[in-house]
Amino acid sequence: MKKLIITTAALALLGGAAAAQDVVRMGTEGAYPPWNFINDNGEVDGFERELGDELCERAGLTCEWVVNDWDTIIPNLVSGNFDVIIAGMSVTEARAEVIAFSTEYYPPTPSAYVGLTPDADINGVVAAQVATIQAGFIAESDATLLEFSTPDETVAAVRSGEADVVFADFDYLLPLVEASGGELSFVGDRVPLGGGVALGLRQSDVDLLEAFNTAIASVAEDGTLAELQARWFAEDSVQ
Amino acid sequence: MFGFCTDPASLDSTRWMLCYLTTPKHMNLYYAFGTVLLLLAITAPVSLAFGFGGAILARSRIAPLSWLGKGYIAIVRGVPDIAFFLFFVIALDQAFEWVLHQIRCPDWDQPIRQGSDFIVCAAAKLPQNNAPQYVHDTYAFLVAVLTFSIVFGAFAGNVLFGAMRAVPRAQIETAEAYGMTQGQVFRRIIVPQMWVYALPGLSNLWMVLIKATPLLFLLGIRDIVFWARELGATQTPRFTAFPHGDWRMWYFLFLLVFYLAFTRVSEVVLERIMRRLSHGQATAAGEAQRRAAA
Amino acid sequence: MGNFGRQPNFGKFGGRHMTCAGALSADWLRSIGIGARQLPTSNITLCDQFVLIGSGLIWNVYFAVIALSAGFFLAMALALGKDAASPWLRKPCAWFIFIFRGSPLFIQFFFGYFLFINIRGAFPGLGVLTSAGVGATIVLFLNTSAYSGEIFHGALRSIPKGDLEAADAFGLSGWGRFRRIIWPTMLRLGWPAYTNEAIFLFHATTLVFFSGFPAVQQSGDALYYARYFADRTFNPFVPYPILAGYFILLTLVIIGIFGLINRRLNRHLPQEVRPRIRYRPQVIR
Repeated sequence: MKKLIITTAALALLGGAAAAQDVVRMGTEGAYPPWNFINDNGEVDGFERELGDELCERAGLTCEWVVNDWDTIIPNLVSGNFDVIIAGMSVTEARAEVIAFSTEYYPPTPSAYVGLTPDADINGVVAAQVATIQAGFIAESDATLLEFSTPDETVAAVRSGEADVVFADFDYLLPLVEASGGELSFVGDRVPLGGGVALGLRQSDVDLLEAFNTAIASVAEDGTLAELQARWFAEDSVQ
Repeated sequence: MFGFCTDPASLDSTRWMLCYLTTPKHMNLYYAFGTVLLLLAITAPVSLAFGFGGAILARSRIAPLSWLGKGYIAIVRGVPDIAFFLFFVIALDQAFEWVLHQIRCPDWDQPIRQGSDFIVCAAAKLPQNNAPQYVHDTYAFLVAVLTFSIVFGAFAGNVLFGAMRAVPRAQIETAEAYGMTQGQVFRRIIVPQMWVYALPGLSNLWMVLIKATPLLFLLGIRDIVFWARELGATQTPRFTAFPHGDWRMWYFLFLLVFYLAFTRVSEVVLERIMRRLSHGQATAAGEAQRRAAA
Repeated sequence: MGNFGRQPNFGKFGGRHMTCAGALSADWLRSIGIGARQLPTSNITLCDQFVLIGSGLIWNVYFAVIALSAGFFLAMALALGKDAASPWLRKPCAWFIFIFRGSPLFIQFFFGYFLFINIRGAFPGLGVLTSAGVGATIVLFLNTSAYSGEIFHGALRSIPKGDLEAADAFGLSGWGRFRRIIWPTMLRLGWPAYTNEAIFLFHATTLVFFSGFPAVQQSGDALYYARYFADRTFNPFVPYPILAGYFILLTLVIIGIFGLINRRLNRHLPQEVRPRIRYRPQVIR
């Protein structure tokens, strides 16, 4: 083990092109349970933490976890401050122009409305987090969009009566509804939005993308992926 | 932290709170206070240096240098700090890496910009990809300090530029009459004298700087506001042993008290410095001190 | 940057607007809800960015103008109150100034919004308080009143003794003494620092939608649109410098207007005394 560290250090000093991929830095948001969040120990945790560690192990890579604000996660990736985005990011055409996506490791996830009563008005005032696909969806609908900077504020707006409903990722809302003791409830049908979820990489990192795609295929094949999904997500969240 | 914390759900409220407030996640919040204080401690002198440089440039008799100094002061002061912080850190980081790339990898034949990607050779990466996490954290912190210093340096430059001009003309003329050169006048007369004129402006700048620290999280630093939001947000039992509702108000109240206390301490200290600086100066306050002593 | 190359050639004109003039006429009032409902989502041109970010400035100017003009009067009251002999008047004014000057605006917005939500809960008729247009303006108004109050309080205390003695000699007292001697002198002495405060407040208006108050129907200030474009184009190096350019221009406008007032305030002074006044104020925010 010690020898390995010394070799790594030597490589780091040499700074050759090969050494660049020795440590792969995984960028995540750390504020989006169950995908990724910071646990009581102050560490990155969640579905993507476990999946990411598993992928790195299978691809024979050493991975470091980095927490980055959602707003600047793509500019920081392309600028080289970390190597992979693993943050519940849906594949969209616009994003695919700028970054490369791996094979999807999670199918398209539905979004859902949550209000104080099951018959709250989903065409009234709808709270959503700024710069999300959900906000974009409401902006194009007839409802009145109310944008907050954090997901937590959107839910708080429903509790305070500022908004009739909140529109967000189903998997994000589910634990909140469960824990609210009947105060919050889902309203209406779920809405499928966006593509599946995948890793985001720089378009120039072809080899690394290949390595991750192989690893994702391998976890999908032997059932590890399905097992992780079942552990972190509600049974019916996949449509 | 405490032995009895293994099963928080079974605890009474005092012990629960004790365990809750000492989770490693909370420790991050407490460290973040240290980060903020450290940032202030480093930023204050560095931005003073930037301001000093800017003011000297602005005073320069060589027109391009003077434009450079005045341009720096005017442009950076004209932009809201948030707007500056939102893109400047990435720009600064890329600029450093670009320079290093030119130095360390002159033989590199691939373009640095490939599509949207910004790619420098591995040796020019800041910090190195393989470097331990604390190196990355330190680098991010230093870039944040530099960004803060550039912004506040412009304000300090404005204050110092004014202060240098406020030194009584008669004193400068006297020095010139004694045969001092321009440089001597500047070093021996203007610089020692200007502080008393600059201090009110600089103290105010310090107060503004303290209150700009909640924007640190924009620079990629996980500061007290980041942790207050993160910890105060609704926590559901699925993801933590300490579930609670929306407690952001209490965390922000804690921050409010911190900022008020810090402001008060700063006021007291700055008042003392002002009293010392006024001693023997040709200002109203200095005159009052002289009379009181006589 | 590089990704523009990969788009088809007609992309430049194939978006929502055919021309820059089209973008301008369609969107220049978008930030106050007039014009196309949809923001551009693809094929975003420089014109789109210039027009929408510029449109957002309406909010910044609105916040700044209302908060500053209302705050000016409260600031006067606070300055005089902090100077009052009676502790019943002095203490509350001093505390008000300390709390608003001693805490970040960021936190003031948080508590302001929280308070307005609760007021709305108790009196539904006051629901308008939670909107940025009213609620954020109130917070900014209180904030600038505290800062300006401190500036004018400093100015009040540095009024030359001779001026007051002269007023007494002329037999002025009470309201007349205040209106004709104290008030103009206080204004004159505090003006340069107050100019700085106006600039800071104008810049601080970018915080309203950034963290604090929600944006309704994608109507936000200049920073809101700059962030929108940074998010859509994944390129922060275009919208933020545009935003910065607009703010530099408007900051120059503020300096110009306040400079004119300063000239008027100082018009009775001999020429060579005037510049020196710039360095008198004890408070430069």
